Order: sequence, then C-alpha cells, then structure tokens
Amino acid sequence: MNKFDFSNIKSKLQLLTKEDIEKIHSSAIKILEKTGIMFDNKEALKIFNENGFEVNFEKKIVKINEEAIKEAIIKAPSKIIIYDRNGKECLFLEENNVYYNPGSAAINIFDIETNNIRKPTSKDLEKFSILVDSLSYIHAQSTALIVSDVPKIISDRYRLYIILKNAIKPIITGAFTIDGLHDMVKMLNVITDGKVHEKPIAIFDVCPSPPLMWSEITSQNLIDCAKYMVPAEIVPMPLSGATSPVTLTGTIVQHTVEALSGIVLSQIVNPKAPIIYGGSPAIFDMRYGTTPMGAIETIMIDCSYSLIGKYYGLPTHAYLGLSDSKIVDIQAGFESTIGIILGALTGINVISGPGMIDFESCQSMEKLVIDNEVCGMALRLIKGIKVIEDSLAIELIEKIGPGGQFLTSKHTLEWFKKELFIPSEIIDRLERKAWIEKNQKDCIQRAKEIVRKILEENKPKILEPEKEEELNRIIKNSIKRYEDK
Amino acid sequence: MSNSILLDKIAKAVINLNDEEVKEIVNKAIKDGMNPIEIIEKGLSKGLKEVGLLYEKGEYYIPHLMIAAEIFKENIEKLKPLLSTKETKSKILGKVLIGTVKGDLHDLGKNLVAIMLSINGFEVIDLGKDVPTELFIEKIKEHNPDVLGLSALMSTTMYEQKNVIKTLEDSGLRNKVKVIVGGAPVTKEWAEEIGADGYAENAIEAVKIVKNLLKKND
Repeated sequence: MNKFDFSNIKSKLQLLTKEDIEKIHSSAIKILEKTGIMFDNKEALKIFNENGFEVNFEKKIVKINEEAIKEAIIKAPSKIIIYDRNGKECLFLEENNVYYNPGSAAINIFDIETNNIRKPTSKDLEKFSILVDSLSYIHAQSTALIVSDVPKIISDRYRLYIILKNAIKPIITGAFTIDGLHDMVKMLNVITDGKVHEKPIAIFDVCPSPPLMWSEITSQNLIDCAKYMVPAEIVPMPLSGATSPVTLTGTIVQHTVEALSGIVLSQIVNPKAPIIYGGSPAIFDMRYGTTPMGAIETIMIDCSYSLIGKYYGLPTHAYLGLSDSKIVDIQAGFESTIGIILGALTGINVISGPGMIDFESCQSMEKLVIDNEVCGMALRLIKGIKVIEDSLAIELIEKIGPGGQFLTSKHTLEWFKKELFIPSEIIDRLERKAWIEKNQKDCIQRAKEIVRKILEENKPKILEPEKEEELNRIIKNSIKRYEDK
Repeated sequence: MSNSILLDKIAKAVINLNDEEVKEIVNKAIKDGMNPIEIIEKGLSKGLKEVGLLYEKGEYYIPHLMIAAEIFKENIEKLKPLLSTKETKSKILGKVLIGTVKGDLHDLGKNLVAIMLSINGFEVIDLGKDVPTELFIEKIKEHNPDVLGLSALMSTTMYEQKNVIKTLEDSGLRNKVKVIVGGAPVTKEWAEEIGADGYAENAIEAVKIVKNLLKKND
C-alpha cells in the first residue's frame, strides 16, 4: 500500500469520505503541533529532545510537526507478516485481509458448567488456547485470560508462556510491566531461534491513556518493541464524551492524534519498526458511566479510524465482536455480529474481540465458538460474488432447461463448497421434526457441547522439550527476581 | 429579597446547572451577611441533592451530575473560609482522601467516586492521578482522613494499590485509615488479597461502602 493514498481504501463499507479523512488528518496535525502530547516517560522525552522535537520536560509534553509525522508514516512498513509457532507464514497484515482473534486480558471467565463468572486459572487458559487452535475462523491466539493462580506481577509473561506451551497459532498479547516485555521477547526468541525480529509470532498491544497521554509503562513498551523490531499495535481508547469529545468525529480526531504520536516515537527509535494502526475506543454511557463495546457508535468509530489507518498505508486493528451482555444471550449474539460483519466490510486486518462479554472483562468459550461461526459468515460475505463465465452458468441453465434440477450436475459438485459457507452445528438448519428428535437444543446448548467435544478430542500441541525447558527457566528467573525484591 | 427566596434561587440555579447565576446569588448572599452554613445546606446542597434525584429518576445523566458537582465545589471553596472549624466538622460525615495510583493517568472513575461522595456529605480531598505512594502517605499525615480511596484502571498499575497499602503498614498508619480500592481490573478478591477494607464496583456502591466502613468505626 502507498502512504497517504486514498486509493488504499477499497473497503466495501466507507463511513468517511476522502474529504472527511483529509479534515480529520489535518485537525490531528494541528493538535500535535500546537498542544502536543504527554509522554510520562523520561526515555521517550529524551528521544524526542535528541531528535530535535520541542519538549517541555516539566510538563512532559512533546510537540510533533507535520514533517515528522509524514516521515514516520513513510518509514513504517505497510505490510507485516505474522508467523505461527512452527515458523509458517500465517497473517498477512495488509490490504483488506481480515483476521480474527479472541478479545484479550479478560479478568473473568464465564464458566461453561455453572453459567457464572469466576476467576480464570492457568488451566482455563490452556483449554482456551486449545479451543482457539481448533477453530477455523479464529486465526490467532490472544493472551485472553488474566490467570489468577500466579502472582499478578508476572501474569503478563505467564499468559504468554501458557499459550506458547500449548498452541501454535500466532499470538496477540501485551505486557503489564516494563520488565514483562523483555521477558516475553526472550520467550519468543526461544521459539523462533532468536529470529523474533525477522519472523514475528506475536503482536504487542500498547495503549495510550486518553486524552493525549502515554503512561510510563506503555511508552516504554512501545520504545522497547521498536528496539526489538517486534510488531506493536497502537491501541488508543478514547471514550466519547468522557475522555474525548462526545462527537464521533472529535473522538476520531483524538484517536488519530494519539495513534500518530505513537507511530512517530516508534519510527524515531527504529525506522521500519512494525506498527499496527489499532484502537479500542468506545462511547461513554451517559446513564450508567459504562463503556459499551457493543454500541453501534463504538463500532462506527472503529470502522472510521481504520479507514484513516488505510489512508496512511498501515495495517489496521480494532476491537470488535464484543458484547456488553453479562451472559451468552441474544444481546451477546447481535452486538458481536454487528461488529464482526462491519469490521470485515471495512477490511480491518486484525479484529480482536470474539468470545468477550461484559464489556472487555469476561471471556466465554461457548460464545467464542458461536462468534467463530459469525466470523466464518463474515469472511464469506467479503469474498463477495464472483461473476465469471463459469459462475454465470449460462450453458448449464440452458442444458438443464425448464423443469429440470441442478443437484446432480457436475457444476454443482464443483462449485458448492466454494460458493456456500458450510456451517457447523452452531447454526440449526434442521427440519423441525429432526430438531425435536435431537432434543430441541438451542444455540447456546449446542455451543457448549461443541466446546466440550473439542476439548475432549484435542490435546495441547506440545513444544520441543529443550524449548519448553528454556521457557521454564525464563519464568523461574522472573519469579525469582520479584521474590528477591 | 428574603433569605428563603434567595436560597431557593441558589438551589434552582444548581438544578438548572447555571453556574453564572449560582455564583452571582451566592456572592450576593455572602455580601448580605447570610449564614454560610445556611447557604450550603438550604441552597447548594439542596440543589445538588435534587440533581442526584433527577439522575436516579433517569431525567438527568452523568454530565449533569458532574457539572452540578463542579458548581457545588467551586462555591463551597468560596464559603469555606467563612466557616469556623467547629462548624465544618459537625457538618461532614467523614473525610476521604482519594487518588489514582502511580503510573496510572486515568481519573474518570475516581472523579465520579469523589463527586458521589461529596454529594452525600463527605469531605473529599482529591490528589488527582499518577499519585506517588509517598504523596499519599504525606497527605494522610497532613489531613488525617477517615478513608483512603485508591483507584487504578489498568492491570499494569493495580499492583501499586498493594504497594500503597504495604507502605501504610510499614509506616504504622494502616490502623488509622480505612482503605478502599476500585477501578476496572480491580475485584473483590484482589481487594482481599492486598488487605484493603473495601471494594466497590461503581461510584454509587462506593458511597455505601464508605458509609458502612465509618459506621463500624464509631
């Protein structure tokens, strides 16, 4: 993709026009030039200062001009490939390619047996990772659960450790501490034989703190990702009306400001450092003070800033496919579906969110397998309708003629699997009588059965013993480090 | 204008979120030599309570609450110097020191808790966001609050809550103050683990928790 190029935007859904994007881009630049942005991190301020930026050390504010923004956007790669644990190319983050992965860092899990929330354990995350590995339309793992049975201070790297030990799909993750990122990169280097900078198998989320701030830890995580050349996903999370303007446009402007500031820092630290233009914005519920992820306006903001990322020629990311419902019910279904479908139509490269309910706080395995089905449908949708000679089927129609049937024609056999999305048992298409004979199960009951079946039939994908030992050593060292303190 | 009409006007202006008008009438009331306690109780507080009721009824939303609380706070600051220490003490339910822990730049939830506590008659000292542990300790010594509220929005910063509590223990202050914790990643279990006295899911809950904690104290 070219940089600053509207022809990058081939999305089927375009909520912003070319003129809208120009206005938002120039507004963001104005703010970065005049007001600037705060980095609560000495190294970040020093880096900006040494590179000739106007830095107010007392207020920790950096002003960033248009020239620097242009330069950074041009340097940042427009295509990122993410590999799996076996070194196979998996995610091609460019153009309108769409990949789904579960919403990450849930503090609760929706217990499949009790229908109540509880604290997740390492065992839950292990099972979760096995489930993700076996789902066709969930393309990447995420460090989805904050496990409660290890000390909190090492829980960031412990989540990654569990995933690396049990599953092979690429991983979307993030560090909670400055140390954590270093340990996590060490672990990834064990898996990639020291080549994490060439063959990344994980993406790190780094989140600015709205409005217009970067905390000490996330600034450092961003700097360190750039140094290591591991992909960083910039995830601004403005809240319309609370930590950003209530207008969706104003929120998108602020999102742009925060995203651009991160891109500039990353590219000064290390030109060509892989950066994904991401986000997790939401509106603010004016009645309850909550942050609805399933709100239509939240989804609209996601689909809009992604177009700006495409205009910049960068891979994109958004948090979609989540619901604010407290249980797996119809609300969970329709809110997630709207996000999954609209995100696909926008052509967002990394869509994180499936499985999640209760805003961004609770993962559900049964919801994940239901969302997987919706992701499959969304991917079918964006494949579109192919109008070529063979699909027009003129000769076939003429041959079969009035009153005939197509089921026994070779054309049907050749095409049906390409044309039709073949659903799993999540979707019920039985005749009523057959459905009654199969015990009249609803979608959620069927989803639970599928989860149980997958977990029975699939075992962890064990890592080579030497590599596992290395990972064990890294974890043990980090525990020891904190014990010593 | 009689006192009661003036006080009603203050309350009404608070309800209508008319900051200019509130300021104007309060200034006039002060100039007329009206009792500052009356201005607060029958004017500002009365209006603020009504705003709270309108919120509960679903007619007002969070922005109304926040703006009303700002108007309230601004005018209280003006009246404070006119109150005797004794008067102030008898009117407040308790003193709460609140802040977002070090490394965390989020203060929305914390601000909501501070507002709900003020509406309900607590004196709230807000240290803002990214508050270093030492500052919490220093301010506890200075203000001697009944309750300390520690907020953290990120899973990266919630450990700081533990740090603050530990430092309180180390400096012998832990028994002098009740500690409540809150924020998106914070749970009841975490509160128990780090030895906090209370945890609330939202601002309204926080008020209940604080009231309960202080009851036990008496």
